[in-house]
Amino acid sequence: MIPLSWYMALAVLLFSIGVCGFLTRRNVIIMFLSLELMLNGVNLNLVALSYYMDSVRGQAFTFFIITVAAAEAAIGLGIAISLYRSRRSVHVDSLNQLKG
Amino acid sequence: MTTAAIQWTAMAPILPELFLVGVAVMLIGFDLFLPRQRQLLPWMTVVGALAALGMVLGAQPGEGFGGMFVIDGYATIFKIICLGAVIITTLMSEHFLRIINLRQGEYYSLLVLSLVGMLLMASAGDLMVLYLGLELMALPIYALVGLHKKDGRTSEAAIKYFLMGGFASALLLFGLSLFYGLSGTTNIAAISELLSSGDLVASPVFLAALGLIIAGFSFKVAAAPFHLWTPDVYEGAPTLVTAFMSVGPKAAGFAIFGRVVFLGFADLQPHWAPVLAFMAILTMGIGNITALSQTSLKRMLAYSSVAHAGYALLGLLAGTAEGMAATMTYLVVYLFMNLGAFAILMALAQPGRRCESLEDCKGLATRSPLAAALMLIFLFSLTGIPPTGGFIGKFYLLKSAFMAGYSLTVVAAVIFSAISAYFYLRVVRYMYMDDPQESTPVVLVPGMKAALYLCALGVLGLGFFPGSLLQWTLSALSGM
Repeated sequence: MIPLSWYMALAVLLFSIGVCGFLTRRNVIIMFLSLELMLNGVNLNLVALSYYMDSVRGQAFTFFIITVAAAEAAIGLGIAISLYRSRRSVHVDSLNQLKG
Repeated sequence: MTTAAIQWTAMAPILPELFLVGVAVMLIGFDLFLPRQRQLLPWMTVVGALAALGMVLGAQPGEGFGGMFVIDGYATIFKIICLGAVIITTLMSEHFLRIINLRQGEYYSLLVLSLVGMLLMASAGDLMVLYLGLELMALPIYALVGLHKKDGRTSEAAIKYFLMGGFASALLLFGLSLFYGLSGTTNIAAISELLSSGDLVASPVFLAALGLIIAGFSFKVAAAPFHLWTPDVYEGAPTLVTAFMSVGPKAAGFAIFGRVVFLGFADLQPHWAPVLAFMAILTMGIGNITALSQTSLKRMLAYSSVAHAGYALLGLLAGTAEGMAATMTYLVVYLFMNLGAFAILMALAQPGRRCESLEDCKGLATRSPLAAALMLIFLFSLTGIPPTGGFIGKFYLLKSAFMAGYSLTVVAAVIFSAISAYFYLRVVRYMYMDDPQESTPVVLVPGMKAALYLCALGVLGLGFFPGSLLQWTLSALSGM
């Protein structure tokens, strides 16, 4: 049987890769993918904990997170499209109208 | 085999939320099938919100869904603030939407759905409900920020808000998953019972979880150092949405912040309060000092709303019932004064021109004495000058933080408050002492007037009768 700490280490790793990707990449779509990676780290954490503690709440929570992530994707990609229409780019460097 | 029947009586606690979901669906259907009757939409929104307000006030304290949904005095007060924000915003909407040429039915629908999320956050008794409420509040607002597609700035503001909000939610979620791992449950009351014993205080996992959720909450209430999205998003969004965002979601953010940190981990106050005190000083400093150098009135109000999050943190970090009551009182006052100031900004806007800079309010007193006088009241209140509600709110906050022993933080708050007088009163000088740049009179339509009078009444009423609101919030807190 695989110990719990391995799952949690993988979850932390996934989450950290997501954070690094979010902070270093300049493309809105890649940043969005990094966000999903972070959420999946959380999901893995919850499911592993739920299995080892024999409590279903963690798994229920995971379902909610997956559902919300889908809704978030719909809105995020919609905003990305409207951004592309006005700027012809989804690069973060083109987001320069608002500053100060 | 057992048949799972739905128990309708179990739905009673979430009746106001269900009703508002119905209103939101009806609004979008009405817009689709009866496009000619579109002018009724704001009134339907106001009536729906008022009906929900009645239900919230009449609700019996208790729990629903096995402790997942809590109705107590604490939740009721935050719900009233959020409902008030939606009602006043809706009253201002029709005129401004016509000016910027954005008359879409989904605007009201999204506003009401976001309100449902805020009500869920205020009543969250479980980490799942907290997260679902948070996202239900945030997702419609991402859409609202980007709704006005003709203005190039809005999609930039929307994508910035979306990415930052998503990042904050992910941080918060990781913290919540660690709390689940530590306690084996997602019920906030059970977690606080299990974890408040103090054995876990030194555990790195516990500290990481606490740090992650404080970071997530700070994003939502726009407290430094997690405020970086605020000025850009507030400036880029349509002024109407900015006004709503700066009040409703901030109050809901404080609701979950207080629910977890103040009610959940009350015994650990010596551990989290210094962090919040540091953040409060940083937030007030950054908000007030950066606001000094702004030339756009809208951006200045955005930084001022960052600074006000810092003031509101003062009551939370005190960790006492008086402190929390002071924060809630301040959020009520802030609702009136901030929405009022944004309403004047909206009244200045003209078709095809944004009129958001400080120059545009020059000579407002000659163009419209009433608008200038009302703006004067709101700016005095934002500065914290008696006899307005802003003074009273700030006074209670400083008092509770001082009683809890954070005298250095209080001194910093007073200094930054004095600094803020410069940029608020500069607007007053422009309004009364300079000549107008243009001669077109400022028109206040009936809806806008109603919203402005309501805000002015709130600011002055709370200033002249300060004790009643604090007593009410205190009794709501102690009745739990």
